[in-house]
Amino acid sequence: MAGADRPSPPLERGTVPWLLAAALASAAPHALHLPPWISALGAVLLLWRAWLWQQEKPLPPRWLLALPVLGAIVAISGEYRAFFGRDAGVAVLFLLMAAKPMEMQTRRDAIALVMLAYFLLLTLFFYAQTLLVGAWMVATATLLSAVLIRVHGGAQPARAIAALAARLSLQALPLALLLFVIFPRVSGPLWGLPQDAFTAGVGLSERMSPGSFSSLIQSGAIALRVRFAGEVPRQDERYFRGPVFENYDGRTWTMAPDAGAPPPRIELAAGSRRAIDYETTLEAHNQRWLLALDMPLVLPADAVLGESFAALAREPVRQRARFSFTSAPAFVANREESGRMLLRSLQLPGNVNPRARALASGWVAESGGQAPERIVERALALFREEPFAYTLQPPLLGRDAVDDFLFSSRRGFCEHYASAFVFLMRAAGIPARVVGGYQGGEINPVDGYLVLRQSDAHAWAEVWIRGRGWLRVDPTAAVAPSRIERGVAAALPVGDALPLALRIDAPWLRALRDRWEASNNAWNQWVLGYSPERQRSTFARLGLGEVDWRPLAIALSATAGMVLLALAAAAFLRQRPRDPAERAWQRFCRRLAAHGVIRAGWEGPLAFAERVARERPQLARLTRDAAGHYALLRYGKGTPEDLLQLRRCVRRANRMHWRSPMNEDEA
Amino acid sequence: MHVAADRSALLRRLMERLRQRLFRFGRDEELPVVLSQRRIFILPTGSGLLFALLLGLMLLGAINYELGLGHALVFLLASIGATTILHTFRNLSLLAISPGRSEPVFAGDTARFVVHVDNPAARARHALELGFADAPAGTVVFAVASGQRSSVSIPLPAPRRGLLDPGRLTLATRYPLGLFRAWSHPHPLLSCIVYPRPLPSPLPPLAASAGGVSLTGNGGDEDFAGLRLRQPGDPLRHVAWKVAARDAGNSPLLVKQFAGGDSGERWLDWEQLPADSDVETRLSLLTGWVLAADAEGSPYGLRLPGREIAPAYGEAHRAACLEALAFHGRR
Repeated sequence: MAGADRPSPPLERGTVPWLLAAALASAAPHALHLPPWISALGAVLLLWRAWLWQQEKPLPPRWLLALPVLGAIVAISGEYRAFFGRDAGVAVLFLLMAAKPMEMQTRRDAIALVMLAYFLLLTLFFYAQTLLVGAWMVATATLLSAVLIRVHGGAQPARAIAALAARLSLQALPLALLLFVIFPRVSGPLWGLPQDAFTAGVGLSERMSPGSFSSLIQSGAIALRVRFAGEVPRQDERYFRGPVFENYDGRTWTMAPDAGAPPPRIELAAGSRRAIDYETTLEAHNQRWLLALDMPLVLPADAVLGESFAALAREPVRQRARFSFTSAPAFVANREESGRMLLRSLQLPGNVNPRARALASGWVAESGGQAPERIVERALALFREEPFAYTLQPPLLGRDAVDDFLFSSRRGFCEHYASAFVFLMRAAGIPARVVGGYQGGEINPVDGYLVLRQSDAHAWAEVWIRGRGWLRVDPTAAVAPSRIERGVAAALPVGDALPLALRIDAPWLRALRDRWEASNNAWNQWVLGYSPERQRSTFARLGLGEVDWRPLAIALSATAGMVLLALAAAAFLRQRPRDPAERAWQRFCRRLAAHGVIRAGWEGPLAFAERVARERPQLARLTRDAAGHYALLRYGKGTPEDLLQLRRCVRRANRMHWRSPMNEDEA
Repeated sequence: MHVAADRSALLRRLMERLRQRLFRFGRDEELPVVLSQRRIFILPTGSGLLFALLLGLMLLGAINYELGLGHALVFLLASIGATTILHTFRNLSLLAISPGRSEPVFAGDTARFVVHVDNPAARARHALELGFADAPAGTVVFAVASGQRSSVSIPLPAPRRGLLDPGRLTLATRYPLGLFRAWSHPHPLLSCIVYPRPLPSPLPPLAASAGGVSLTGNGGDEDFAGLRLRQPGDPLRHVAWKVAARDAGNSPLLVKQFAGGDSGERWLDWEQLPADSDVETRLSLLTGWVLAADAEGSPYGLRLPGREIAPAYGEAHRAACLEALAFHGRR
């Protein structure tokens, strides 16, 4: 630490608006996720402070301030039912930030406020890391520099302060970028995270009850982005598998616990050579399924294939993450299936939906129990031929939900169709299950990524047929083929209210959205998703090959040092006196000073030479020569020849040092 | 033995030179003192260290919660911090420092040393702190616009009479962000004469004039005693304006001479003071007399052991007397 331990200087009045701006910039975005009363309290505190400043009133005593703040902290721990949780911690930080301007007396307080603001800015990223938040971060960091400049530099025009702060940020950018790319990345977490570290994202859940899909479809949020290595598969091939529902209680479908079946076997269908390589970027959804394209052949290293063909991560996906897969659009899945799995796919709750059961029994009797494909076909024909309608606003169903749907309301949505279809199949003795996931999606023309939104959430069915394995059957396609071919918006009947997210018609609006989402995607891929793996692949692309920690650290410090040196050189090269004559003359005078003749600041060259001639006659000629040339260069009509002569004098003065300095008569 | 002594002397000289070269303890002879790269030092401040600690914590948080944007923030702030090293340095470099004149003061008062700081560069310098290395309490904060000069007056208590040598200056800055402090210790020749602290006491009586009427230039002003050439320091009211008007300003001005009214000379004599008082008290009493006599406007002389200043009056005389008192026994 440098500097004397003097008491911190008091703050000037003019710094207060800057500090309030800093508090506001770092705290305000948190209002988006904090409980309203905390945000309101923060706003009151800041406004109060601004009012006191404007009225030039003194600050309240500390104890008066401590009371509401302590009270609010207690209330926060009540609100979050935890004091050490992440969200409660952020709320407390927010409050401290809002209260800090109330007790600013000295420069040290101002510095504490700025440091707190840096930290609060970081905590913002728990909740959002979008492109906008990134821009806000850069702006706030620059503002905080400006605050420090104001606090340390005294009064200056605000524009000058802002310009310097912006210049600092700009000059820091290359080094920051370099650090970002080559600073060794470590995968977290380094220690256990608090329980509330991950808030549930939107997405499919582990259960499918009436209405769970239609509420999901209201959301235009992106669930998954996919980049295909080769050709993009057809829309009706794009089924991304999420949770598989096997247990049914008459109302809700749930996932079954592991049955302990042998690992599933998936093969390319006979005659199909087409395997699709792709990389997905999955939004955090707090579930283990990875939404691979049906059916995955090759999984990423840290994923496993579940019994029902869902690719699963070992831990719930709590961060946006990238995965690489190879999938087969035409497949044979588990030609042989374990008895336990089949049994599970046949269970039905007793005593519900008698009419549906009767219908299925009728089909079995009709086909003689021989050709399950025919029964599947009958069920699809039912949906196709009877007046079923596809709508996002189905009527409520009673206790016998499948009966009500099949025989009276006939209005529903993918979950209704899948659920009724699977019920019918099981009633007919065909192993079947409901598969949840996303279907279709749209290609963003800007970056070529396939984007699947929550509104692309879909439920379909899967049946097992001896000798053919599990087959996908999508009853919704029978009712509304356009749902599968062109998406929800196309499938809904005219007059059905379209969810907001799907109402983008105007081409320019759509282009704007595409562009925005593509830049968000680039941001996600390169800024937020810059993981150890991506760092390695970046180095590989730069031709650096496998780079490990140590050379990386060396390269990092070397490059950082070089950047700093270059900046320094640029700074100082500009500072040197530019006039070569002046430089030479100064060198000459320094030389003479080493011999004990010191030129005074006010002494002109010729006067100095005369004094030297008096005091050190043996140096007279040399000094007169040098002074004469310099005076000509500086004040008269100097020529390049004079400069050469002056430099010669300097050289002679230099040489003289190594002989006897006092008796030197210039050689 | 002899060789060893020689060698250690050589070593000592080398160390001395190194010390001088590295830390510039000696006096700067060449003026103005230009702050070059070699003489500016820079280290992080307390806030700088706090900032680094905070960044470390933030980096841990960003790693732990896998916050990509958190990494970006930490790296941006670290780079801004590193960039300010240069800004802080540049805020000091190439400033030229030259000593100004400092007015003599009395012991116990505060001396004010004037230092001129020239900014030859095209950029303004902000938040410069200039003070004495040994007495940082008097540090002055100021700014210099581009191509301008700021004259800073640094206060320093002057407790004792004599020549006050404030020692090395400290020119420092934390601008722009306060994360680093750059400083330099220019050591131009600065000094201030400190007169003894005056003790007021009644003036001694006039001594009988040895030669009756004194015809020294600075005689009394009662009886006209003739004319002589005017010298600098003669009061204007004694100029013989009528004579000057007569020859239309072609000849040098003359002043009227008067014989002392009381025909006595005022001697402020060391020996007149009680013998039992110590040196400093005597000097203080003499100082008080000098001030009183000067206020009276009549000529006075000063007698110190080994030093005598003939009776006279005026600003220069007063300064000479006070200086003699200040340096009594010191040189």
